Amino acid sequence: MTPPHRFLIIETMKIGLNVILLYAFTLAALLFSAYKDRKKTKKAVLKGLKSLNNILPQFITVLVIVSIVLSLFDEALMTRILGEDSGFLSTIGAAVVGSITLIPGFIAFPVASELLRSGAGIVPVATFISTLMMVGIVTLPMEIEYLGKRAAIIRNTLAFGFSFPAALFVAWVVAL
Amino acid sequence: MGGGVMKTIVRKYGTALISLIFLTAFLIFWPQKSAQTISTLSYQLSTMLQIIPPIFILLGLFDVWVPREIIIRLMGPGSGFKGGLLGFFLGSAAAGPLYGAFPIVAVLMKKGASFTNILIFISAWSTTKIPMFLFELNALGYRFAVSRLIIDLAGILFIAALMNLLIPQREKDRLYAAAQNR
Repeated sequence: MTPPHRFLIIETMKIGLNVILLYAFTLAALLFSAYKDRKKTKKAVLKGLKSLNNILPQFITVLVIVSIVLSLFDEALMTRILGEDSGFLSTIGAAVVGSITLIPGFIAFPVASELLRSGAGIVPVATFISTLMMVGIVTLPMEIEYLGKRAAIIRNTLAFGFSFPAALFVAWVVAL
Repeated sequence: MGGGVMKTIVRKYGTALISLIFLTAFLIFWPQKSAQTISTLSYQLSTMLQIIPPIFILLGLFDVWVPREIIIRLMGPGSGFKGGLLGFFLGSAAAGPLYGAFPIVAVLMKKGASFTNILIFISAWSTTKIPMFLFELNALGYRFAVSRLIIDLAGILFIAALMNLLIPQREKDRLYAAAQNR
């Protein structure tokens, strides 16, 4: 079970630079805002903290679900589900795995590329990428909090359904 | 009085508590998965702790400084094609997981962006990341990446339009009213 750790290291490095830029930008914005209007800046910080506090329980829930799910759906299992054959079942399996897991693109793309090289079909791999991005089962508690139950469920259902024709289209273009 | 506070805490943190209990049970009863789970958990936690405070500070600044009129004009119900385009580019340019988009959605709602443009923003955030596209190009080839981009563009518009029809106005009003209090 080493692969996830290998990817995690790459990811941590990637995020390092982003985080520094994000903090530099935030600090500059804060300083500029404080220079313009201290009262408004204080209000802004309080507002930010308040909305962070409001969403904190959902963050915790998502965090826990993601950790459990990622430990169950490791690379070995994904390869087994997506790579068996390129038929109907592996496509459904790919859609389910893609919907449940929450993996950043720069991890998912190399895995997908690896799967294609080892003989997985384009349709399941494209379905996996599509559902991975558009469907978020683990982030559903947060999505419901902001978009409401109805909109969140409809959005994820439509995105799930859309992933199949999208994958067929991608497979068709790749085969051209 | 004390009971009321307890009730609020339980209601607010109920799901989080259940998930934590579930996690503990999972770690105890499935010890061979525990190392992996804890490593993922600590990694995700550190990402969240690093990224989330500045995002919420920026959102607070945005909320305080950007007048509602500007967002209504740029992304409101009358903003048309340009509003959708702006939603698409805002979503595509941003980096970070999908859960990072939702707090931004709340602020955009508060400032009067239209429901369709917000849906376009969410879909673009999840699907058509500009930095990710280059990565996909390298890993999966240009045919795969470009055709996925094209079909997903169509899908984003299709899903946003269909949802706009499927969600009743009353539900939209409720969501916008809730966004005012965040």
